[in-house]
Amino acid sequence: MDPVTVSKEPAPPSLEVAGLAFAYPDGHQALFGVDFTVGRGERVALLGPNGAGKTTLVLHLNGILTGGAGTVAVAGLPVGKQHMAEIRRKVGIVFQDPDDQLFMPTVREDVAFGPAAAGMKGPELEARVDRALAQVGMAEFKDRPPHHLSFGQRRRVAVATVLAMEPEILVLDEPSSNLDPASRRELADILRSLDVTVLMVTHDLPYALELCPRSLVLSEGVIAADGPTGELLADDDLMRAHRLELPFGFDPRSVAAGS
Amino acid sequence: MGAGHAHKLYRHAHSPVHALPPHTKLAAVFAFVVVVVSTPREAMWAFALYAVLLATVAGVARVPAGFLLRRLLIEVPFVAFALLMPFVAQGERVEVLGMSLSVGGLWGAWNVLAKGTLGVAASVLLAATTELRELLLGLQRLKLPPLLVQIATFMIRYGDVITDEMRRMRIARESRGFEASGVRHWGVLAKSAGALFIRSYERGERVHLAMISRGYAGTMPVIDEVTASRAQWSYAFALPFAALVVCLLGWTL
Repeated sequence: MDPVTVSKEPAPPSLEVAGLAFAYPDGHQALFGVDFTVGRGERVALLGPNGAGKTTLVLHLNGILTGGAGTVAVAGLPVGKQHMAEIRRKVGIVFQDPDDQLFMPTVREDVAFGPAAAGMKGPELEARVDRALAQVGMAEFKDRPPHHLSFGQRRRVAVATVLAMEPEILVLDEPSSNLDPASRRELADILRSLDVTVLMVTHDLPYALELCPRSLVLSEGVIAADGPTGELLADDDLMRAHRLELPFGFDPRSVAAGS
Repeated sequence: MGAGHAHKLYRHAHSPVHALPPHTKLAAVFAFVVVVVSTPREAMWAFALYAVLLATVAGVARVPAGFLLRRLLIEVPFVAFALLMPFVAQGERVEVLGMSLSVGGLWGAWNVLAKGTLGVAASVLLAATTELRELLLGLQRLKLPPLLVQIATFMIRYGDVITDEMRRMRIARESRGFEASGVRHWGVLAKSAGALFIRSYERGERVHLAMISRGYAGTMPVIDEVTASRAQWSYAFALPFAALVVCLLGWTL
């Protein structure tokens, strides 16, 4: 994905993870030195079997987990105590269960939560909410309570709640889980239409191929592979070694690579 | 809370009372109740006037009398206690329909009954004209401890989610042939309740993660600033002010 405008000084990458290692207090080590970079405007899939450390890695990106070795930088800003509010604004995490993400009584208040916590108010806040909801096609549901929406609609509102913070990078944890095929496609259309860096954590491999030109494979706490999604999925040995399996009858070679 | 915003006590309408800012209504109801409670119980006519005042508010709010009276039934358990008082209280007795009743008890029962009913009626009116969400905003505006308001907000949001979880657990139990039919099965139900607690607790942890990910730092950001003009305040306080006049008359007469 080439940036549309070419500035003289290249912008710092959206996300830079170097030598990240982490062990939980109970001694279980989840990450053993993770290195990767996500450039601005890229859409990257983070693939890996259950228990590979995907969630642990995601929680490092906005500083909820810290204290291990290594560094994380978001748009050139190191993740650490001194810029925590700024980092949390720049990294928009969409969690897997929208009922966890949507905790306010109405859609509108939920989408407003992030920007309001950053001190925005009044008409500016209202405009921000409207724009974020329009981006996911949920503008007419503004005053509805979240539990009256369908699962797919809730997932879209969850995306809007972080878009409202105008993040540098959107981190999606299993965005396609529990979605019916139509909702899945709608979400894909929305994600493709956004002008934002995306890191998508998933084991839905066709979805990764559809949306992300590049993929990372996280396995046993390290990045085991990094390359174009189509090539990685076509590499049978790699796939088998990391417990990644394509759905029955799906051949990545027969699909046009993600745009 | 079955329908989210539209809780069962709320009655949707567009009346001047519905349109008042929530914190003015809360403060007015509170003031009204304080005035009613501080009225001497011997001034029976004062309580009748209070009832007339409330009926006027109900009229302006377009809350039908039947609706109001049905909601008043919540008071019944307390009333039952008040009705016992004339029989059990000590002191001077009086014969009514062949029963010996205590005079002090009768006054006590009247006191509880009249003040309780007026207080409940005022609260029912408040609930009928104010949405739950607005009430919370009003409480926030009245500087109730923010933690309490946050807890109440989450109750509205997650009440249905947890009820739904409970329903799924019940269906799962019954699908495996379990039917609660006596003391022997209480253990199973208790374990289900425990599991529900753990699940809700874990959900709480995940929600907290989602909140701090979006910049939560201990206080809820103010999204809707509720403000009231002087006119709205005076409009809302017409009720407690009128009641205060009645109360003062009750003390002086």
